[in-house]
This record gives sequence, C-alpha cells and structure tokens, in this order.
Amino acid sequence: MSSDETPDQQTDARSDAEPHPEIPRNGLPGPSPDERPHPSGRRNAKGIRIDPEAEAEPEHRTAVVSALVEHEPGVLSRVSGLFSRRQFNIESLTVGPTTVEGHARITLVVEETDPGIDQVKKQLAKLKPVIQVGELDDDAVRAELVVLKVRGEEPDKVQAITEMYEGRTLDAGPRTITVQITGDQQKIDDAIDAFRQFGIIEIARTGQTALARGDTPTTPGEEPGHAKESDDDQSDEIQTGTYDD
Amino acid sequence: MSEHAPPESDAADESVGTTETGVETGAEAVVAALENAGAETLFGVQGGAIMPVYDALYDSDLAHVTMAHEQGAAHAADAYGVVSGDPGVCLATSGPGATNLVTGIADADMDSDAMLALTGQVPSHMVGSDAFQETDTTGVTAPITKHNYFAGDADTVGDTVGEAFALSAEGRPGPTLVDLPKDTTLAETDREPGPAETPETYQVEETPDDAEVEAAARAVERAEKPLLLFGGGVVKSDACEVARGFAMEHGIPVATTMPAIGSMPEDHDLCLSWAGMHGTGYANMAITHTDCLVAVGTRFDDRLTGGVETFAPEAEVVHVDIDPAEISKNVHADYPVVGDAGTAIERIDAEMDRSPQAREWRDQCQSWQDEYPMAYATPDDEPLKPQFVVEAFDEATDDDAIVTTGVGQHQMWAAQFWTYRSPRTWVSSHGLGTMGYGVPAAVGARIAAEDDQQVVCFDGDGSFLMTMQEISVAVRENLDITVAVLNNRYIGMVRQWQDAFFEGRQMAADYDWCPEFDKLAEAFGAKGLRVDDYDEVADAIEEALDYDGPSVIDFHIDPAENVYPMVPSGGANGKFALSEDQL
Ligand SMILES: Cc1ncc(C[n+]2csc(CCOP(=O)(O)OP(=O)(O)O)c2C)c(N)n1
Repeated sequence: MSSDETPDQQTDARSDAEPHPEIPRNGLPGPSPDERPHPSGRRNAKGIRIDPEAEAEPEHRTAVVSALVEHEPGVLSRVSGLFSRRQFNIESLTVGPTTVEGHARITLVVEETDPGIDQVKKQLAKLKPVIQVGELDDDAVRAELVVLKVRGEEPDKVQAITEMYEGRTLDAGPRTITVQITGDQQKIDDAIDAFRQFGIIEIARTGQTALARGDTPTTPGEEPGHAKESDDDQSDEIQTGTYDD
Repeated sequence: MSEHAPPESDAADESVGTTETGVETGAEAVVAALENAGAETLFGVQGGAIMPVYDALYDSDLAHVTMAHEQGAAHAADAYGVVSGDPGVCLATSGPGATNLVTGIADADMDSDAMLALTGQVPSHMVGSDAFQETDTTGVTAPITKHNYFAGDADTVGDTVGEAFALSAEGRPGPTLVDLPKDTTLAETDREPGPAETPETYQVEETPDDAEVEAAARAVERAEKPLLLFGGGVVKSDACEVARGFAMEHGIPVATTMPAIGSMPEDHDLCLSWAGMHGTGYANMAITHTDCLVAVGTRFDDRLTGGVETFAPEAEVVHVDIDPAEISKNVHADYPVVGDAGTAIERIDAEMDRSPQAREWRDQCQSWQDEYPMAYATPDDEPLKPQFVVEAFDEATDDDAIVTTGVGQHQMWAAQFWTYRSPRTWVSSHGLGTMGYGVPAAVGARIAAEDDQQVVCFDGDGSFLMTMQEISVAVRENLDITVAVLNNRYIGMVRQWQDAFFEGRQMAADYDWCPEFDKLAEAFGAKGLRVDDYDEVADAIEEALDYDGPSVIDFHIDPAENVYPMVPSGGANGKFALSEDQL
C-alpha cells in the first residue's frame, strides 16, 4: 500500500483485492484448521510415505563400514565427532595405516536402520580427508583382537582354553596369565565366556576390522596398494599388488 | 594491550609489498593467496597472534574493514558472501578473537554460506600449553565448519589458505577456517601460493545421472498437483533464472523456503511465497496437498517441514541437491537427483515431453491465496503495526533493495510483508536463528552491494542491542544503511511463545529497559529518528533513506502484535494457526 494512504481502515496486505472484511484484531482471516481439507496420507519418522495397513518401523541392523582416509592429524576426531554430533549408534571403530603412504583405513561397526546406515556413509564421504567409503557385505573377512588377563592359579586349564580358541599366551607369571585371541565377534565373545571361570582381571578389545573378500575392493574404486597419485619413488618401497595379476 | 613481545624475526624488520617483490614470510603468503583467490574485502579485528597477517596487509590492496566485535566480522563476511556470491573473509586473533567468531561461523554453516575465517594462533611450540590467549580453535570449530586447517608450515600456508577459500565455495558452500600459528606467519618463505584449488578428495558431482533425470522427468509429467519448492541452493548456485523459467514454462506453482526468498518474484502469479512455520497459509496448503513435490536445494529443515509425518503426505518427492548426504536425510526422496541445481533443472526440462496437466491445481492454489490472505488490522486508535512499517519501507525503496534482519518477530514480518523480486536481496539468519545478525549483516551487504542498491535492516529491540556497536563501523566507513528497529519493548517472539505455550508467564521477556535507540544512534554519529504514530512513518522513512550515511529509526510498535500464520513446532503444515486460540 502506498504510504500516503490513511491507515485508518483495515488493510489487505498482499493482494490488490478488496480489503478483507473481518481481520481479527490479533491474527489473520481465513477458515480455521478443522474447516480445511486434510489429506489422509502420512510418512514415518524417517520421512518415508507409509502404507497405513503395512506400517512397520525400520529395523536396526549391524553394518561394517570402511573408510579410506588421508592419514593426517585430527582425522580420527573428525570422524568420531561426526558420529557423536549426528547421534549415530557406533559399536566400534578401528584405525590404522595402509601400505599407501599418507593413507589410513578406518573400520566402523554401526547399528542403525537402513536409512541411518546410508546417512553414515554419505556423511563420512563428505569429510574432506575421507577418500572413499564402502560398506562390507556379509562374507567380508573380519577380525577382532582381544587381550585377556586371567588369574594364574590353573595354568594348564588356561592353556587348554587358549588352544581351543587358537590363541596365544603373551605372558605367564605366578599370579596372572595374559593371552590373545583373534577372530570374529562371536568367537571372541565365546572365548571371553570360557575364560570367565578363571576370573578375568583385565580385558582390552580392539573392535572389528575388516576387508572385502577376494577381488572386491573394500571401498569402491580402491586401487590395491597404490595411492591415487602414486609416484614411482613410492611404489618401489612399498609392497603392492594388483587385482589383475 | 597485554601482549608478548613478538619473536625476533628478520622478516618483521622490513615490510615488503607482496605483489611487487614476491613473498617473504608466511603472512605474506597468506595475503598473496587471498589476492590470488580474488578476495577483495576482509572483515576483522586486530590482535597479537594475527598481527603478522595484518602487517602483511599493510602493503596489500585488499580492503580491510575493522569491526567492533569479531561476531560482527563473521556476520559481515557472511552477508558479504550472500550478496556478492563470492566467499566473504573474516579475520580474528587467537583465543577470544577466535571464540567470538564462533557464532558467525556456526551461522554460516547452518545456512551453507561460503566464508573463510582466518584465526591467529599462539606459536606452534606453545600450542597445548594453555598459553596466553590460546584456544583449540580447530577443535572448537570442527563441528561447525565444512573443513578447517591448522597451518603449521610457512611454505604451504599460502596454498592452504587458497584451498580453504576455494573449498568454501565448491559444491555445497560452507565456512572453512585456517588457524595460523604466529611462528608460521612470521617465518621466512619464498613460496608463492599457487592458484586457489579445491583438494582432490573433495569431488562434487555437478551433472546428475541420466537415469535419475529421466525418472524425475516422468514423475513431474504425470503429476496432477505439482509443486516446486525452491531452497537456498537455488540462490547459491545462481540457478534462479533457470528455475523460474522451468516453473513458467510448465505452469508449476512455486513455494520457496526462507533462505530462497527472492529466488522467484513474489508478485508472480505462480509464486506462493515461502512455506514453513510462519510461511503463508497458501504455501503450506499447497505443500500439504501436492502429489509431486519437486524440491531443489533444500535440506528440509524442521522449521519448513513441521513434523515430517505430516509433511507433503501424499507427494512423491523429487529432490535435487548437490550434497548427496541431504538426499533422504529428513524426508525420503522417491526421485533423488544429485547435481548442481541449474544443471539438474535444465536436464529434467530437456527430458520432459510434456507439461503436467495442472490447470485445476493452479486454480486451487490461487483460491487458497484468496482464502488465507496475509493481512493485518490497522484501526486508527491502535499502536503502530509493524507490518505497516515493513510495507511502507518496501513502497519507498527500489525493487532491488536489500533487506537484512535480526531474529524474532520482526524477521518474520520483514519476510512476510516485503515483496521480494530478486535473489540475494534477502539476507537473514535462518538455520541458526542468530539474534544480532542484522546490523553487521547490513555492513557486509552494503559493501558487497551495487552503489545504488539500498540496504535496509529490520531489527528487533533485543536483536539490535546485541550487535548495535557495529553502527560505529557504519559511521566510520560512511555506509549508507537504514536500520528500522521494530521496537515492541519485548523479546517479542519469546513473549509470543510464552503467551501461547507457557500460560502467559512472561519470564525475562520484557525489554522496557532498552535505551532510546535514536539517541544511541546519534551518540554513535549516525542519524537517529523515532516514530510512534502512523502519520510519522512515511516522512521518517524518507528522511532516513535520503540521509547519506547510517540512520536508525526506532519504531515504537504495538507490543501485543504477534506473527501469524503459525505452524506450531512439529505440527502439520496444513494446520497452521491464524490466531492464538487456534494453537
Ligand atoms: C543469540 C540468540 N539468543 C536468543 C535467541 C532466542 N530468541 C529467538 S527470537 C527472540 C526474541 C527476539 O527479540 P527481538 O530481537 O526484540 O525481536 P522481536 O521478536 O521482538 O521482533 C529470542 C530471545 C536467539 N534466537 N538468538
């Protein structure tokens, strides 16, 4: 409206249409919420349109996600910060260098719904130091390491259990025995249960680390043993192989 | 100033111009990198750890605007970026300087605004010792930056700054930060920074996948009630022309998000203005009833969607975004299209064989506009209505005038009652909702704007009080900005919620202790005006706009006025309330 118009009447702001007859003193004209048509459709909490007949909340599942990252200071805190900030359910996280200088691999085990796992991968891929992200399928090669310290009163029995789980004794003294077991999560869980009878004093578990089986690259497009920009002087020093040969 | 003596350094003895004679120190490399990257104006505040960079600026052609507070520097840089389309740059010293930037960085992050922050840091060998004015700046800002860097090497610091600048603008924009320890900036180096380039690991898919485009095109063609939803990404990728053209060619109504205000001319028949919590009733009706929502460059913020369960409940969603992580984050995308907004729309358009049959739907959207008008009552005897002030300003200014705002009711009225026609004329704090954004944003916007473009800041009394010290900067720089304080003597938005959801218990909402803003403006050296009645409005606006320099009008408005329509938090967009008793 033009500023020289006297504002003593009710004003219709948006359109040049007739001034609206009843503008409430505090609020706007128009049909109230229940007088309006409303569609009957609905989405679930993840924003997916749902069939009300077959409505089901998405199930959580465990996924192993591998991220190839630039091995620079702060990368681990960026990744773990991302997980806490976005409230992703993380089971374990392992990290270590690869054969490519300046690269590291982070293996994450997460428990999320399918859309959640998708978000985990996409949010990870967005981080600048993250080179590639992949999710491992069920037949991936996975392993975890546990170091266990138990009471040393029954060394023979401890030894027997250790052998049963293909473990190794790292330290044996008069009062304590420390062993290491590697394997998949189930085996580690079982082993820990078996050692309980001796009295477990201390325990350190690494969390799972994993690679894709056979010819499949662990993260998409990952080249075996090479940096993307791998130069000749580097490839001499490090052992490399290719899936082709 | 309590400062440590700067370390001995040969380079500090002689100030050498960076452009003529090449780089001699890390600080000069920083400045050279900014020049290479095309930066023109920096916003900042001096301090011990950043002094070497300022010293290098002494001989540079880069303009520097000293702000009154680092928060102001960050908001000014942000707004400069929004208006110019290039990343804004802000500088601060270590410790308190860096922490004062934090709000502005977080604000830019939430709104995906390209911005580069440069912070001083204590010398590397003292990092971790709790040295004077030390803060773990990269640690503090990691969750609110697109990426940040600790620049420990004078030979590479220039490239790092160039990379940070480029990265902030690439793909989905966002703030980046480079922390500059003093030994790095003082150290000798002759390494000229190369061109500003994004890192190799940051790869953006600009061009969407053919199959995605085809599927999206089919979905739009068969829609009977198609609706375009333009988000801030449409503005950021300079896709407004393409997006408007697409809407008009196919006769598809358009709603925008708040950050996308101006992407579609609001006086166009197809434009339903912006949707969301305080968006128009007609935009929210359209969102509720569409069968095909084509959302471009939006992250489906909860202020837009309300409860996702009831958001566009019958629509197939086509979601175009440059950031794959936004696809199906909040609202599931039936047809994801990952790519640049303009490119994606062009490709979908080229793939479409026909326009959707949407005549009835267009008529329906039109009739909602008549049913739910944006209106307000202005009988003679009531106190001045804020909506009237906004409209009077809109009337008195040119079509391409820029509006900045604080956060609160005034921000909503400025968004609702001003008719925006061009992108980059609406500059506001959306995702973070930062009170105090308006005045420093007006400073940044003024510097980025064309000379003949007017800049108006709508502020609340509470918001103005938070950053009004930046008026001193506008006075010093003789920046022609007009600040309209919509003064209701309340932190009004809070009072509105207390009335609606806390039984009117107005705890700490009453701001009748505010100073007289017109007099404060005068104390700063700006022009100060005060308006209490309808008949003073036009003259005061004219006087302020005519004044060559900053002016502040303290509009004493109806303290009881509230913002409607309103979708209560988590509510259904289609059930927006038109008055308090409907909440
Ligand atoms: C920095 C900051 N602190 C607190 C808030 C919470 N808040 C949101 S709106 C609002 C009221 C703003 O009051 P004012 O600036 O006077 O504007 P009005 O709503 O009265 O127009 C407050 C306190 C915020 N958004 N930002």
